[in-house]
Amino acid sequence: MTTPIALRVLEGHARSYRHTWRGTTIGAVATPVLFLAAMGLGLGQLVDADPEGPMGDVGYLAWLTPGLLAASAMQAGAADGTFPVLGGTRWVKTYHTAVASPVRPRDLHLGNLLWATIRITVIGTVFVVVAALFGAVPLSRGVLALWPAVLTGVAFCAVLSAGVVLLVRDQFLAGLNRFVVVPLFLFSGTFFPVEQLPAAAAAVARALPLWHGVELTRALALGQPPAFAWQLHLGVVVALLVAGIAIGARTFDRRLRP
Amino acid sequence: MPPVVEARGLTKRFGAFTAVDGIDVEVAPGEAFGFLGPNGAGKTSAMRMIGAVSPVTEGHLQVLGLDPGSQGAELRARLGVVPQEDALDQELTVAENLAIYGRYFDLPRAVIRERIDELLEFVQLAERRAAQVDPLSGGMKRRVVIARALINDPELVLLDEPTTGLDPQARHVLWDRLFRLKQRGITLLLTTHYMDEAEQLCDRLVVMDRGRIVAEGAPSQLIREHATREVVELRFPPDHEADVATILAPTGHRIEVLPDRTLVYADDGDALVREAHDRGLEPTAVLTRRSGLEDVFLRLTGRQLVE
Ligand SMILES: Nc1ncnc2c1ncn2[C@@H]1O[C@H](COP(=O)(O)OP(=O)(O)OP(=O)(O)O)[C@@H](O)[C@H]1O
Ligand SMILES: [Mg+2]
Repeated sequence: MTTPIALRVLEGHARSYRHTWRGTTIGAVATPVLFLAAMGLGLGQLVDADPEGPMGDVGYLAWLTPGLLAASAMQAGAADGTFPVLGGTRWVKTYHTAVASPVRPRDLHLGNLLWATIRITVIGTVFVVVAALFGAVPLSRGVLALWPAVLTGVAFCAVLSAGVVLLVRDQFLAGLNRFVVVPLFLFSGTFFPVEQLPAAAAAVARALPLWHGVELTRALALGQPPAFAWQLHLGVVVALLVAGIAIGARTFDRRLRP
Repeated sequence: MPPVVEARGLTKRFGAFTAVDGIDVEVAPGEAFGFLGPNGAGKTSAMRMIGAVSPVTEGHLQVLGLDPGSQGAELRARLGVVPQEDALDQELTVAENLAIYGRYFDLPRAVIRERIDELLEFVQLAERRAAQVDPLSGGMKRRVVIARALINDPELVLLDEPTTGLDPQARHVLWDRLFRLKQRGITLLLTTHYMDEAEQLCDRLVVMDRGRIVAEGAPSQLIREHATREVVELRFPPDHEADVATILAPTGHRIEVLPDRTLVYADDGDALVREAHDRGLEPTAVLTRRSGLEDVFLRLTGRQLVE
């Protein structure tokens, strides 16, 4: 019986991760937990002081937690769509070695996505458990809210790696973080409802795929319906994932088999 | 037996630029075959087409009886590749680098463990099995890459500049290992811009320049056909004014004036040196040596291999 090729690539990720898991995992969990403590507990007191506030009767901490879960999943997905890919194409060049074996470029893309799925699930689970300990979310609801968050993270990983694989210089990296990842993180309904933005900006925020992921995650965490029909939110995130996989199949091939 | 590599009119273009310009190559089973050429000659481009990682732009190519275009994965499963750059994961151990690559071929883990032992023994790195790659010397890393290329027990091994950048001792260790592979009957295809490497390892080679093959044959045959038995290298002080080429022209030998020295191709070098003195030349240094592929290349292209 033969092992699907993407699974062989996944296994390679797991093997090399033994050497790097501490740094990458601790960072990916610590950041949202710090935000949760500072914003949820600190800032939350101010927000909750106003009973007429936009969060309604849901406390700020409970409202923020799913936003952070989805946004940090996106951030982890963006990291997994960037660093391993640049390592493969430019820094260590392991992708160039891999395609000399029966592994095809698209297997490298899929293998990395599978790896990102596992990693984001682990990171999200740790975050949910910590948040439950904070009393920010009931554990069962938190676990239920994991899947749209993970799906969102993997979709971002797919789209980003499809583009990053073509990069021939590292200078885009800083820009990618500054102009894509951080604004998404801040303005996708993570820390405050997009209704708080001026109407035009709110419309833009609603067009961001992360907002849809946040809405789904929050709906499950709070047990409330999302802003629009859940099919629409889910459709946007799935479309992002499918587009990332389809485009990646082409761009990985173009880069690795010139 | 059918050839291991059969290329006719093999062409690789990147946009409007032609990197490999219609080459014909045939490699027999068990042969060690070389692509000798300077930077940018198209050696790597040719190797990557043969290794089924770069699509053929034009021409016919068959490797191990397979079509790299439609049977790429099947073909790559039977090849070993030593790329121009090591591409080893520096943070991993030697064994982990080999194991990950072995899994790409879907080899069972037990088989991989066994092969790693054998291969590290073969490349004389058994005691480095659990060592991180990063601190290893350039020559050792190259040997790890060779072990990695052999993990799937390949029938044909492609080596892209196997010893570039290594010191002479490390190169000799590597040559010795490659020679043993050849003795085992494995077909070797290698690129190099070192003539001594080509002379040491290749049964047959093609000399490539600007995407084309400019000569083909066994090293000794190429030297016989395109160079004299001996070469005299004459060096003169930097302010030397006399036109050496004109002064030596009546001897009837071929003369190449290089920036740092003048080469004279003569079957009897000592006689030529005496004659140069008789004609009033006073070189600061004289070296008479056997001619090599470097001279063949100079002859065919008017340029030096390593510039
Ligand atoms: N992916 C690519 N896109 C565009 N041009 C390329 C690409 N790969 C190679 N080339 C060009 O093709 C020519 C041949 O390159 P190639 O790498 O095959 O040469 P080489 O003989 O291996 O040289 P070297 O000794 O430097 O390794 C070079 O001019 C190179 O710039
Ligand atoms: Mg090359």
